[in-house]
Amino acid sequence: MAHLIDRRLNGKNKSAINRERFLRRFKGQIKEAVTRAVKGRSITDIDSGENVSIPVKDVSEPVFGHARGGVWETVHPGNKEYQKGDQIDRPEEGGGGSGSGKASQDGEGEDDFVFQLSREEFLNFFFEDLELPNLVKTQLTATQAFKQVRAGYSTDGTPSNIDVMRSLKGALGRRIALTAGPMARLNEAREELDELLEKCEEDDPRLNALRAEIHSLKTRIIGIPFIDPFDLRYSNRVRQPRPHTQAVMFCVMDVSGSMDEQKKDTAKRFFILLYLFLTRAYEKIEVVFIRHHTQAQEVNEHDFFHARDTGGTVVSSALKLVDQVIGERFPTSDWNIYIAQASDGDNWDSDSLVCKDLLLKNILPMVQYYAYIEITDGEPQNLWMEYEKVRDACKQFAMRKIQSPADIYPVFRDLFKKNTANV
Amino acid sequence: MSDLIISPSSAKRKRAKKTTGPLSIGSEWTFELIDRYYKEISRVAGEFQLDTYPNQLEIITAEQMMDAYASVGMPVMYHHWSYGKHFLSTERGYKRGQMGLAYEIVINSNPCISYLMEENSITMQALVIAHAAFGHNSFFKGNYLFRSWTDASAIIDYLVFARQYIRQCEERHGVDTVEELLDSCHALMNYGVDRYKRPPKLSVAEEQAKQADREAYLQSQVNDLWRTLPRRAEEAEKTEAARFPPEPQENLLYFIEKYAPLLEPWQRELVRIVRKVAQYFYPQRQTQVMNEGWATFWHYTIMNRLYDEGLITDGAIMEFLHSHTNVVYQPPVSSRWYSGINPYALGFAMYSDIRRICEHPTEEDRRWFPDLAGTEWRPALEFAMKNFKDESFIAQYLSPKLIRDFRLFAVRDDDHEAKLEVSVIHNEDGYREIRRKLADQYNLGNREPNIQVWEVNTRGDRSLTLRHIQHNRRPLANTVHEVLKHISRLWGFSVKLESCDGEGRVILTYDCKMEKRHG
Repeated sequence: MAHLIDRRLNGKNKSAINRERFLRRFKGQIKEAVTRAVKGRSITDIDSGENVSIPVKDVSEPVFGHARGGVWETVHPGNKEYQKGDQIDRPEEGGGGSGSGKASQDGEGEDDFVFQLSREEFLNFFFEDLELPNLVKTQLTATQAFKQVRAGYSTDGTPSNIDVMRSLKGALGRRIALTAGPMARLNEAREELDELLEKCEEDDPRLNALRAEIHSLKTRIIGIPFIDPFDLRYSNRVRQPRPHTQAVMFCVMDVSGSMDEQKKDTAKRFFILLYLFLTRAYEKIEVVFIRHHTQAQEVNEHDFFHARDTGGTVVSSALKLVDQVIGERFPTSDWNIYIAQASDGDNWDSDSLVCKDLLLKNILPMVQYYAYIEITDGEPQNLWMEYEKVRDACKQFAMRKIQSPADIYPVFRDLFKKNTANV
Repeated sequence: MSDLIISPSSAKRKRAKKTTGPLSIGSEWTFELIDRYYKEISRVAGEFQLDTYPNQLEIITAEQMMDAYASVGMPVMYHHWSYGKHFLSTERGYKRGQMGLAYEIVINSNPCISYLMEENSITMQALVIAHAAFGHNSFFKGNYLFRSWTDASAIIDYLVFARQYIRQCEERHGVDTVEELLDSCHALMNYGVDRYKRPPKLSVAEEQAKQADREAYLQSQVNDLWRTLPRRAEEAEKTEAARFPPEPQENLLYFIEKYAPLLEPWQRELVRIVRKVAQYFYPQRQTQVMNEGWATFWHYTIMNRLYDEGLITDGAIMEFLHSHTNVVYQPPVSSRWYSGINPYALGFAMYSDIRRICEHPTEEDRRWFPDLAGTEWRPALEFAMKNFKDESFIAQYLSPKLIRDFRLFAVRDDDHEAKLEVSVIHNEDGYREIRRKLADQYNLGNREPNIQVWEVNTRGDRSLTLRHIQHNRRPLANTVHEVLKHISRLWGFSVKLESCDGEGRVILTYDCKMEKRHG
């Protein structure tokens, strides 16, 4: 009988290593291809895999082979009309059909080697070399969180920590130890009693004495408590300090009327990119989404990217909200704070000054990094002017302009480059 | 060419209904069902006296099939980026629906491992069992190339060893170093095989060789002491004449493994591993037509027998014939799907034809195959399977009828002429010619450039000289430059390749200079 084995459950990704080796080897080319693929294209669907192509000559594995030339005599099937001695025109290279089928293998086609990167791999290449600047700040690494760690058992504690198994085991042991003596005597006494009963009269004094002893032994045994406060054991836990860094990212987006659909779209793409980057790179990172027109509101991820209400522009409203949220929920002693703001640069004239003051006095002292992108192809407006002053005053503030969707990725990379010396 | 797919026996097929009904009605498979099919197929195969290794059938998913595919079918192949590349392109083709996956992969091991894909219907599973577990399996066990070159019971263990060894090397010497070396070895894989098995040397010769070795060794010790002394002129001349290697060597990887001056022991072991793997696959490359034809012939014969016995339903046999016809379809040269001769079609047609010649010979067959016509078909077929490779098989058995059926013709492409010329067609004058030409086409020696180790400059720069002997004035492809780089990486010094014409005159030289190493 044949051996029939079901292999479907084991070893699903046997080629994963080979695949990884392949990606590793062609890292440079793939990265280039990824950048090419992303540039100027819709980034909203970036969260899926990507077709990547690299030049086939880079991945070829050379072996000795024949080139065309010399004499080839090849046998083919399906002769319809040819007679011996017929002359045929030499077919065009790559024309298929008749002609020498074998010689074509040496022609180095210029076709690219195309393959699909998984989402995971794609984003890996995509976000490679990027990081949040200044993430680990000294006073923040010093803040400690505590973790409860098991540390055996103790004889006192709160009732909720009683370890039942352990306590009962102790009780059992104690009962065995304490009953051992009386129990042995009791058994002896019983045997003696049985013997006497066979030999003696019913009213023999020795009989009564034995009965009395048995009685007292039994009460002694019963008197031993089933469980005693002495038996109780409590699970013991100790607190271990654990260094802890946490970060929060504020995404601030202008959704006022002057931001037309295209600009909003660009801003959203930038934030989607940022969001993907954050969720990928940092397991524990809080993201706060704030959108504003004349008023600012904190929204969830879905509303941030999809809701579509609109109005005038008061940028400071958003900054105030940021300030307020930080004050309420993210004390600087515990959190690394990052802010990314996108706007088209439109603002109430007088409001830009307020923004500058807010930034310089309240917000920037608290944050690690503040990135501002302006989506416009026009002249810089007053907000940009004021922000330039902020930039000159404060080194963790960075600002860039985005003119077309094609700029998004380069600007993004620029803002979050690894090891940049404070931009 | 429909006559290719209906064997002579099918014309007079009668359904000899047995009392038992068909094995299954629907198309779903279960383990129990596969078991029953296997038993029946095994019984039929036994009646046809197919001699096989024990079978191991493994159910796998499509993705696992691609995995297996990518690592040249071996379940425990070592890791290399090129298998990743292979996987990626297979996966892409499959997902786009450009190509189907192979129905089966079978491994020449003992027990013989065949993969069944879970997507297959029960009819397809039966086809695969007949094709792989009995067809290929018996071919692996019977054919002389496999018998003399591969050790079916040891291959899996050897590959496990190889994979572990390579993994250790990667840990010790770095993934990149190992990868580079493997790249270079892979470039020479086709030149890492022994083509002929020579009889073991006579014991006296062996003894003499050993003695000579000892002498040489002692001499080398002495030489070393006196190395710096000036030699007499005539003596120097004499030693210069001694060339190394004394005879040209065709197994480049073996030569490198044994004589490359700078390789570390672990590197020699890697070269050896690649060489062993190449040698293991060498018989498969030489018996494509025979092997696939044999397996196809048997799945066809066995499935038809099952149908005759009433074990397979009409629907199932239709499904089977549909797949079978696709497999053995030979597009004509004018078709846009034409890409050379389909080995399944040719092989299947040839085995079927041998059976026809034995059972129903025509007058022509009696003239062409006097030893074959009218004899028992089964021993004749067995002999044809066991003692040939593609080249000799075609030279021996391609009959005029098949040449007519396939309408074979030969085209001569001479780059000195302006036009191609039809040199032979399927007529009385052409049969032998066509048969010889087609056989030549399957001669690996003609398909691959003939390149051998010619000389090593042992006294000077230690450069290695290879020699390419042109066949029909065919030049080398451009890849030669890259391959030479690989060789010089292995050899450690400069490598030169001389291209010779038929008379042995060097007409072209390729050079790969190696910078002097420092430190």
